[in-house]
Amino acid sequence: MRYAMAVDTKKCVGCSDCVVACQTENNVPIGFCRDWVVEVTDGTYPQLEIEIRSERCNHCNNSPCVRCCPTGASHYSDGGIVLVNSEKCIGCGACIASCPYDARYSHPDGYVDKCTFCIHRVKKGQDPACVAVCPTKCMYFGDLDDPKSPVSVVLKKRKYKTLIPEAGTQPELYFLI
Amino acid sequence: MREELIISGRNNYLIDPVLHIWHWQIPLYLFLGGLAAGVLFFAALFKILGKENEYPSAVKIAPMIVPFLLILGLFALFLDLKHKLYFWRLYTTIKLQSPMSWGAWTLMAVTPLSFIWAALHVKEVFPKWKWPHKMFDDLESILKKYILEIAWFILVFSVILGVYTGILFSAFNARPLWNTSILGPLFLASGLSTGAAAIMLLSKSETERKRFAKIDLMLIAVELFLIVHMFMGFLASTQVQIDAASLFLGGEYTAPFWIFVVGFGLVIPAILEILELRKYHIPVYISGSLVLFGGIMLRFIIANAGQASRWLY
Repeated sequence: MRYAMAVDTKKCVGCSDCVVACQTENNVPIGFCRDWVVEVTDGTYPQLEIEIRSERCNHCNNSPCVRCCPTGASHYSDGGIVLVNSEKCIGCGACIASCPYDARYSHPDGYVDKCTFCIHRVKKGQDPACVAVCPTKCMYFGDLDDPKSPVSVVLKKRKYKTLIPEAGTQPELYFLI
Repeated sequence: MREELIISGRNNYLIDPVLHIWHWQIPLYLFLGGLAAGVLFFAALFKILGKENEYPSAVKIAPMIVPFLLILGLFALFLDLKHKLYFWRLYTTIKLQSPMSWGAWTLMAVTPLSFIWAALHVKEVFPKWKWPHKMFDDLESILKKYILEIAWFILVFSVILGVYTGILFSAFNARPLWNTSILGPLFLASGLSTGAAAIMLLSKSETERKRFAKIDLMLIAVELFLIVHMFMGFLASTQVQIDAASLFLGGEYTAPFWIFVVGFGLVIPAILEILELRKYHIPVYISGSLVLFGGIMLRFIIANAGQASRWLY
């Protein structure tokens, strides 16, 4: 089992519904976010291109955050999902400094927090909150080892990229281009 | 033109717009750790070489401050933790891939060793010293038999501690400025140099001061070499590392780095030490204090600039 997510940059309109859904679903403290939307303008005027991406933890296969965590609080869970055990986290900040995607933040309660791919929903057979709520249906989630999962199907059909592949983290968050 | 704009209100505290997860506590702790490593290294080295009477400050006097340095450093580290009461979790895990984990274990070894070393020499430094209980005297006489073995342990662990203060940063691939293995030897050299400076400041013997001025001079040369080497490495590397180096080569950290670290921290004390060795009368506390100042600034600037260097945005 290998959980992954794909985000269609051609369909995303940057409404930030995913951000609000995540904050509500996961009780994210006010002023923080586990996912966010980035708008990238590329090119030279007048030939400009805009790409809109809904970003979150990349649940990397080679996660620097898991490697550098001194207490083992950051760990790989079922299906390669990267999670933080708040009971083990001492809040040293090493994982925050080690993440090239800046996907983690320090929760006011003292531990480090981030996207969990809504594992509590996935276990019940539901989609992550951001995927479920997206009005343009631009996000696909599922098991890459299952050829029939929405994410496997869409990655077979479309061109895609990952963010900062040169950092060697092997992300499981794909962007359809 | 490539421009990335964040439109979702991504505003995670301490992370946006510039990562600032580590404040003054970490660089202060790294400075104190490096200084402690430097003092312990010379104490153990000259003990093993049988030169404790030639260099009394290095072997006996300066190590008296090391337990205080380490405790202060560990306290700073404790203040940095967000989940403070869970700090003991560091000692329920051994994670070889995490420099922070083996740093915690190294300190677990070095801190008691530094106490033992100070305790074994306290009667020579403070002749009126009396242990509150006979048990301590017995323990002292037992440990004194193994003092050379203890010195060897301290020698090895002080090098590990010194290197670790730099490797802690090196391990972060996500911060291009830190992601260079030069930081390990650079911070070790800087730690040894600040240790030599502390010994110079505490020494009353002219020969000992001169000897440590010479040692410090060599270490400053090594540091300058490593700094040049670091920038050559960055400039020959990928764009993110070229960008990271440019923070010091025209970017916002240029003036503090070259003036405070290289100028006041390395070049000026080196010149003063050369003049002193050529028999000019220059108070030793000027060069010694400048080296300590340079050591602090190096860690603060590398810690802050590293957090300003990134892959994204």
